[in-house]
Amino acid sequence: MSQAAAHTPASAQGQQHPLKLYLVVWAWLFILSTGSYLVDYFQLEGALRYSLIILFMLLKAGLIVAVFMHMAWERLSLVYAILVPMSAILVFVAIMVLESDHTLLSRVTFFASGH
Amino acid sequence: MVEQAFSHLDTAPVDEPRPHSITADFSSDRSVFKNVSWSKAMMWIFLLSDTFVFSCFLISYMTARMSTTVPWPNSSEVFALTIGGRSLPLILIAIMTFVLISSSGTMAMAVNWGYRHDRRKTAALMLLTALLGATFLGMQAFEWSKLIHEGVRPWTNPWGAAQFGSSFFMITGFHGTHVTFGVIFLLIIARKVWRGDFDQGRRGFFTSRKGRYEAVEIMGLYWHFVDLVWVFIFAFLYLW
Repeated sequence: MSQAAAHTPASAQGQQHPLKLYLVVWAWLFILSTGSYLVDYFQLEGALRYSLIILFMLLKAGLIVAVFMHMAWERLSLVYAILVPMSAILVFVAIMVLESDHTLLSRVTFFASGH
Repeated sequence: MVEQAFSHLDTAPVDEPRPHSITADFSSDRSVFKNVSWSKAMMWIFLLSDTFVFSCFLISYMTARMSTTVPWPNSSEVFALTIGGRSLPLILIAIMTFVLISSSGTMAMAVNWGYRHDRRKTAALMLLTALLGATFLGMQAFEWSKLIHEGVRPWTNPWGAAQFGSSFFMITGFHGTHVTFGVIFLLIIARKVWRGDFDQGRRGFFTSRKGRYEAVEIMGLYWHFVDLVWVFIFAFLYLW
């Protein structure tokens, strides 16, 4: 049964990939999640902590989007239509970082002791 | 009629090699996403908009946390659980993460078996996915009641900046709502698969259109997205 099924040709629009690929990605997601948990468990501090959190997060997100959501095999026009607008988020983050620095500065300057 | 007219457009005659496709696709004066069905393209566009919604929540959390002069509560201690006399930081969140990742794995398997037209395995894996999702929700409910019991409110908490509560309830609440709807739709699609709707070409209740096993993949896109959002919530809300 499984032998025959494994060689079923991909349907016209279906995303057909070997089962093993999903299992490998699944295992990696477990490893990376354990990694990010250990960052907190060992109470890593400073730049090491933040860079590891970001690294594990991006690797996990990349694996989920590329393999589980099949983005790696989608047509390039769809990939661009979805991924390029996301850069707007980074612009928004940059704007709000500047904004909150300014807010914090005013709070420290004018309301130093209060909330 | 309409269905036939559109399905003709859906299937592009020949798939060109990837490097040429992008300009050609957008300037073709036809459907841009060739060889991608409308339902899948629409799900992706919905997920893009949902990404913006969650980004706005996370960015507002970042803004609140960066601009407050009051110390932010230490999430490692706030979310710690005491198990067997030992205080383990973030242990419940870690288990929730593993549960959600496992559900993503079973969903990917369901999509795979769906395209092999094995309706029993597909439905079973989708039910398992829904079960893991429900488990996640149960643990989230436990976490919420624990925090509420400890005095966390959207406007105050015992440990520091008041915005902690509002960010926490807003972000995890919205994510939990997504998981809830995911579980509901998983059950609906699993029922269709189990009944053999996609094998017999049975028409949908609302759409009156014949479903395909692609519905499982589109359901999977939503479910993986919920997992994806959790990856970012885990990093920024719990670990940072």
